[in-house]
Amino acid sequence: MSLWIDKYRPKELSKLDYHTEQAQHLKQLVDGGDFPHLLVTGPSGAGKKTRVVALLRQLYGPGTEKLRIEHQSVLTASKKKLEISTVASNYHLEVNPSDVGIHDRVVVQELIKTLASSHQLDTVGQRDFKVVVIVEADKLTKDAQHGLRRTMEKYMSTCRIILCANSTSKVIPAIRSRCLVVRVPAPTNEQIVSILQNICKKESLNLPIQLAEKIAVKSRRNLRRAILMCEACKVESYPFSSTQEVSLPDWEVFLRTTANMIVSEQSPNRLFEVRGRLYELLSHCVPTNAIFQGLLRELIQNVDGELKAEVTRLAAYHEHRLNLGSKAIYHLEAFVASFMALYKKFLEENMADMF
Amino acid sequence: MHAFLKTGKLGSGGKGAGGSGSLKTGTGSANTPKPWVEKYRPKKISDVAEQDDVVAVLSKTMNGADFPNLLFYGPPGTGKTSTILAAARELYGKDLFGQRVLELNASDERGIQVIRDKVKNFAQNSVSSTKPDGSPCPSFKLVILDEADSMTHAAQAALRRTMEKSSRTTRFCLICNYVSRIIEPLTSRCSKFRFRPLGVAILEERLRSICNTENVNISDEGISALIEVSEGDLRRAITALQSVARLQSGREIKEEHVYDITGAVPQTWLRGLIEACASGSYDKLSAFVDDLMAEGYAAAQILLQIHDCIVEEDNLRDVQKAAVCEKIAVCDHRLLEGGDEYLQIMDLSCCLMQNLTK
Repeated sequence: MSLWIDKYRPKELSKLDYHTEQAQHLKQLVDGGDFPHLLVTGPSGAGKKTRVVALLRQLYGPGTEKLRIEHQSVLTASKKKLEISTVASNYHLEVNPSDVGIHDRVVVQELIKTLASSHQLDTVGQRDFKVVVIVEADKLTKDAQHGLRRTMEKYMSTCRIILCANSTSKVIPAIRSRCLVVRVPAPTNEQIVSILQNICKKESLNLPIQLAEKIAVKSRRNLRRAILMCEACKVESYPFSSTQEVSLPDWEVFLRTTANMIVSEQSPNRLFEVRGRLYELLSHCVPTNAIFQGLLRELIQNVDGELKAEVTRLAAYHEHRLNLGSKAIYHLEAFVASFMALYKKFLEENMADMF
Repeated sequence: MHAFLKTGKLGSGGKGAGGSGSLKTGTGSANTPKPWVEKYRPKKISDVAEQDDVVAVLSKTMNGADFPNLLFYGPPGTGKTSTILAAARELYGKDLFGQRVLELNASDERGIQVIRDKVKNFAQNSVSSTKPDGSPCPSFKLVILDEADSMTHAAQAALRRTMEKSSRTTRFCLICNYVSRIIEPLTSRCSKFRFRPLGVAILEERLRSICNTENVNISDEGISALIEVSEGDLRRAITALQSVARLQSGREIKEEHVYDITGAVPQTWLRGLIEACASGSYDKLSAFVDDLMAEGYAAAQILLQIHDCIVEEDNLRDVQKAAVCEKIAVCDHRLLEGGDEYLQIMDLSCCLMQNLTK
């Protein structure tokens, strides 16, 4: 019994549900024999990984689905031993170098070197290169990206690299110019609705269209989330009713109440309470940029027009500083405190006008 | 057995020699497709596009003049690495290239220890001034330090004295994008050459000649689009051309295909963003930015292109344009340091909204 997202993940390029023209292009790319390095970008839940897996299958056949997890250890320049787990088949290797923090350069170079230094044994009917898939490539340090530049060119004859990233903003231009960039836009709401209905049909469930639309809107064009929500709805109550509430993830509800607390009272005491809740969120590994975005979206709904721009400015300012600093809580708190100050001042001025 | 070895499947020894060997061996490389940037790298100095000063100096050294220590700097894709590799190949020929040239770049380990051991050892031994077959060749070796601006300061400092002491046997060539990142004592020991971005005419000529050799069917607008997105970077233009040619395989390449591959944001989205700002409604703007982000365009690219739109926007006064441009600069900086894309674009849009509705 597996989750729907795994169960109904398309395994071949020809079975993809949307961006079919792009899939066609990718297929041509594989058939052409001349395969470049790829940089797959797109928002999360748009299907980057699905496309990469389908592409690998197109390249090597079903052998790519026999995966094994390997633990490799790499020695850094300062003789520190790093452990990293990789997912590999006979033809490819998948690695998430951001697991090892600032030592990612060594890991990337070592892995590619060991993989690329040996040729494919049986080249009859096979490609004479292997593939390294690097996920979260935008989290690689600048150092690692620079190290990748020459590695990519040097081992071109035995190795191809597929980079997955949310955005190309954080990938250095030198890498971008060496890769074929494949942009995967998020599916539209209509596409999500039709995919959800297809899945439900296969599960022989009856999904009312109103509910499917509601899920699509709530998922914010993130297909993975949409499918998970749909499954959650099924567990909550089946048969579906079109008026059924779609439950949001816990942390979003939590964030919403936190935002409401901030709006309802502005005092040092309240700030202290909010601080506790923020710690709660952080300790549950909610990414900080998601906290900022969530807070902003909720707070914006409660303030007046002229304040909205100001609040956005504050959020952007503090989120940036958070990335430079080392402790997230200071910056989150600073944002909340400055919002409180702004909001309270605004309220008091309005009060003064009334009398 | 012999035929098996000739295919080059196992014999990686030939490729170790700085990639130069594999360029010319016909049988091995015929079936493995190469990136066009490597395939069309200039093989002689006279093939190097546009950079007249450095070509003039290097051709003189071919005829026996003294070879100074070199420092090449300039934007990416202007031919810095190609020039020095072509020069080295002409100086030493194919056979000596592997022995006489040491090429180090950012992907090799290049701390102070490597400079001390590897470079010093390489630079110590002197070499004869004749090739094995008796023909003359320069009596020095060449160390190429590619991407030298990513070397640590300590490593650069370690290079200073090495450079002077071994001037009898070795010449250095440093290549970098930003000359300001190279420490002063090093720059003063080298003759500096700036590589200019390539002009439109030369880019067009190169691209057309590649299209002819590779049988690529491309429209005139396609070529000019390539030139526009490459901003004088020939490598980028050629890579983009190859990518489009692969994806479109056989069909005619049009303007929109080129824009699509380079990740440029279509004008309709940019106009939409400005209109959403002009409407003055925060909710509308927020929904629009959500959609824009879901399309997967890079925020840095959006900033770059929105800047062009702002400069030509008629509804803004000069002061307002200046304010918005300053905001673009701030947001770009924050993005570079890891800021969240949605928040930064929203921040910029709010600033734009305030200015447009004022």
